[in-house]
Amino acid sequence: MKLIELARILRSKNAGPLYITFDLMFDNREKMQKALNGITKEKIEKAYNVDQKLIDIISYEIVDSIKITFPRKCISGSIHDDDVYGCQQHMPLANIEI
Amino acid sequence: MKIVSLCGLLGYGYSEEALDIAFSENVDYVGVDAGSTDPGPYYLGSGKSFTDRAAVKRDLALALPKALEQRAPFIIGTAGGAGGAVHTDWLVEIIKEIASEQSLSFKLGIIYSDVDKDYVLSKLDAGKVIPMCETFSLDKKAVNDSERIVSQIGIAPILDMLKEKVDVIVAGRACDTAIYAAPCIYEGYDPGLAFHMAKIMECGAMCCEPVAAADVMQGYMHKDYFELCPANPARRCSAQRAAAHTMYEQTNPFMIYEPDGEINLKNSKFEQIDERTVRISGSVFTEAKEKTLKLEGVKKVGYRTVCIGGIYDPLTIENFDFIEKTVKDFVKQNASFSPDDYTFMFRRYGSAESNMGIVIDVVGKTQEIADTICSLARSRTLHCDYIERKSSAGNVAFPFSPSDIHVGEVYEFSVFHLVKVDSLSETVKTKIEEVGK
Repeated sequence: MKLIELARILRSKNAGPLYITFDLMFDNREKMQKALNGITKEKIEKAYNVDQKLIDIISYEIVDSIKITFPRKCISGSIHDDDVYGCQQHMPLANIEI
Repeated sequence: MKIVSLCGLLGYGYSEEALDIAFSENVDYVGVDAGSTDPGPYYLGSGKSFTDRAAVKRDLALALPKALEQRAPFIIGTAGGAGGAVHTDWLVEIIKEIASEQSLSFKLGIIYSDVDKDYVLSKLDAGKVIPMCETFSLDKKAVNDSERIVSQIGIAPILDMLKEKVDVIVAGRACDTAIYAAPCIYEGYDPGLAFHMAKIMECGAMCCEPVAAADVMQGYMHKDYFELCPANPARRCSAQRAAAHTMYEQTNPFMIYEPDGEINLKNSKFEQIDERTVRISGSVFTEAKEKTLKLEGVKKVGYRTVCIGGIYDPLTIENFDFIEKTVKDFVKQNASFSPDDYTFMFRRYGSAESNMGIVIDVVGKTQEIADTICSLARSRTLHCDYIERKSSAGNVAFPFSPSDIHVGEVYEFSVFHLVKVDSLSETVKTKIEEVGK
């Protein structure tokens, strides 16, 4: 199963120009837990080519959500960047198999 | 105490009816965030606002007389989109224009938050610079290359202005939260609740259903809790949304980091008290032992020219790797500039076999260099031959004439770092003016 099939909201956005942050919201605790068990730093490292030491995964039970944050490959708006707001970076995460 | 947030960003608009409802009861303070780093480094560098002047003026012109009538101080943070002195003056000019048109008179407090290079260099020398991200460090060259550097102020300079009993505060680069937290703290409310309410309110009605950055939000601060309710009756604030909003654009959903300290949300409670209102309590502020301010600076890296085109021939799309390599080699051989003088790339959009968009993207040390490289690349891409090519009249559909677009100066972030400070007001210059008297 792909992560996107489990999540109600799956979005990316800058957390300042240096970081990209992903919010994953689920309909219930069960789905959130299932996603949490399935997402590993290894999978994210592979999907985004980012050193897993730099990846943060935080669960936020109040709203059955998970937050993932790591440094952007290109700082927002730099010459090689292709997404200044960082709001279209979620698909590699969405397609992770869990 | 009641605070009104006009909308998530000054110039994004809000419903006039919602504003009337918000002001139909007593309002103590009005705030609006006027900027962000989201649109990237260009605006801080160029001195321009990413928000539209007419839209900003509309949002202010409706709310300003209402705030003055109720004697509710009106606080605007990150003026002009990026919060440099030039941006702040741009917004002040709009406010004075409104004052003159509507014959308004008031006491205006202006907070400039630019810092000069010597300030940053002395912090570097003293080892008082802290990186926000381990992959982005700061050195003297980055400081010296910077076009403009601003400090993101917290509540301290706004508290100082409130003590001066000004009616309108226009601040340069400021924490979004400072706009709403400062008046609560000034009135003696709990800073944990004040910052948490501010964090949610600064986005306007983003914590509502239907969600909207472009609408009026109302915050009611009490001794042990605060309540949020949108002014627009077509929206409702939900506990779920309010809690979820705390994680928006933050690296950690449990903590809010401010120049003054941090707010822990681990034990925050979100209660739905009626259909449209949420009550929040339990957020705890801890003062930082060492105070810090964030600096933001940008440097100019060149000038951009782009060319946009479409390709609808599957064979051309199939051969585009070859075309790209041929064009890049051609440009290198035919340009009279060193490859160090420009960056040139193709950006490809869409991969459907019969439809691909391309952007020829060139950043040169001068606009002329960018123009020349883009022109060479455009003509060579258009006519590049490849094996079994049948569409030999041209490879690219250009939607525009002229095909090549001057984008102008290109900036990159050069500074995005914390500095340890002795005083949270040490970076600001302020002035107070009587307007319309």
